[in-house]
Amino acid sequence: MLAMNYRGPFRVRADRNSPDPEIEHPNDAIVRVLRSCICGSDLHLYHGLVPDTRVGTTFGHEFIGEVVEIGSSVQNLKVGDKVMVPFNIACGKCAFCRQELYGNCHESNPEATAVGGIFGYSHTAGGYHGGQAEYVRVPYADVGPTVIPDWMDPDDAVLLTDVVPTGYQAAEMAGIQTGDTVVVFGAGPIGIMAAKCSWLFGAGRVILIDQLDYRLEFAEKYAQCEVYNFNFIGDPVVFVKTMTDSLGADVCIDAVGCEAAGNTANTIMGRKMLLQGGSTTALHWAINSVKKGGIVSIVGVYGPTDALVPIGNVVNKGITIRANQASVKRLLPRLIEHVKNGILNPKEIITHRIPLEEVAEGYHIFSAKLDNCIKPVLIPPAAKF
Amino acid sequence: MMTDETSPSDFKNIRTADYSHIKGWGIDADTKNDPTYPIKRRTDQEQAGYTWERPEQQTTDLEILKSVERPNLTAVFGSAAPPSGLSGIMRRAAYKYSESSYGRWLPLLMADRVDMVEGVIDDLSKGHVPNVFAERGWTAELKYNRKNFMLKVAAGVAITAAIATLVVYNKKKKKVQSL
Repeated sequence: MLAMNYRGPFRVRADRNSPDPEIEHPNDAIVRVLRSCICGSDLHLYHGLVPDTRVGTTFGHEFIGEVVEIGSSVQNLKVGDKVMVPFNIACGKCAFCRQELYGNCHESNPEATAVGGIFGYSHTAGGYHGGQAEYVRVPYADVGPTVIPDWMDPDDAVLLTDVVPTGYQAAEMAGIQTGDTVVVFGAGPIGIMAAKCSWLFGAGRVILIDQLDYRLEFAEKYAQCEVYNFNFIGDPVVFVKTMTDSLGADVCIDAVGCEAAGNTANTIMGRKMLLQGGSTTALHWAINSVKKGGIVSIVGVYGPTDALVPIGNVVNKGITIRANQASVKRLLPRLIEHVKNGILNPKEIITHRIPLEEVAEGYHIFSAKLDNCIKPVLIPPAAKF
Repeated sequence: MMTDETSPSDFKNIRTADYSHIKGWGIDADTKNDPTYPIKRRTDQEQAGYTWERPEQQTTDLEILKSVERPNLTAVFGSAAPPSGLSGIMRRAAYKYSESSYGRWLPLLMADRVDMVEGVIDDLSKGHVPNVFAERGWTAELKYNRKNFMLKVAAGVAITAAIATLVVYNKKKKKVQSL
């Protein structure tokens, strides 16, 4: 089959000779992929920042598809179902899944205990091939996959597998109360979605900070929020303080993660020398910009190694930090409702629809921020919805 | 140079944002959203230990590396790219360390780089010469960022030519001196 094939940092190819996936467990399903996104966090793999990213693996944790084969114990799906597949691989039985911590399943990733299994996200997240392919193996088929409603556009559906739940959960974990001032760092798809979802929780003011003008311009319209380019506001922390009567924002959201720009030392340590789990600049700003007793919500992805953060300020300011991978399955019912009612319109953030055969160009466009790219979607050759 | 100087008049919070036109504003507001996710549905089931009814165990003949922080393989696991070659040896060594140790993560990053070289060797051994230009997606660079791309190519050619000239010049110089 045709599949994306990782060959090393900044090198991927569309490989026509990838082996077809097989049922390896009675609760597996094989899904024919109809849409697959390149996620901002895929770029961390593509840039070689995530340990144990092996050559020959296929990335892709945001995908939808049609069930073409099921294992002997699968009861909730049948061949022909069109499903959105949450990026978390979750058993539904362990103590953590029972708390709806589907991103923290204890039965899906033997390689690391700190994170559950994730499709196509290195062996640090379980060693699964991902969905940037024609077909993909989906474990725990009775748990994660959700049948796509007839009325739903496939482009909306594919964004419900990660982008929308992650942005929504960023706002949810922030415990936003009516009238709160929310500052979101990062105007990638997740940050834009977090800004938009902050309104749903009753935010009084939503401020989005990034350095790419084209993304800020889009976010201003899409998420109806205030936007600022950090290259032109001086120290972003001082800027936020001046905007909040010197008290700081009620809530700050880190939607950037390990490839944050804006601080040379952090960039060298975290992105070039890989001596820490990424550049922590956005998190630094979030901790220092939030008010005393405020909440910092982290959905930006960091590597597993140590990272420099101003933990003294966390203590002295009494900050609550909440963070997790999005629990997609938990949030899907509510988010499907929001899409149905026109409150959320995910597909508007898609800027590029790219044939799977051109996956290398897709990665480069997204990585280098060419052609005003915000969200690229890969479409396999035979994908008809 | 930009400074962080402020004056008292700089500090304000203009709370005049009009969000009445935002569809769904406040629809999920919940004053009782505390504690919120991820501890909202706390069950404390894990206090009973690793005692839940586990899903059926996936079996395999492949080598799957396991964190030292757990006693067993998870019930399911990925079977992509088992460890092999020199990078595989490095990965096996790294997995002897815990997830809180640099002894695990830095060797894994090094193994990834070795794996990249092994990938090229593997390609060549199968008669496939990797098309690095295509694999790096540079056709997109040509399409969307042509000027920058040409500049980079020109700079690369100029630097290579300068180095080559220097090497040739030094060789000639040594030859003349030895005569």
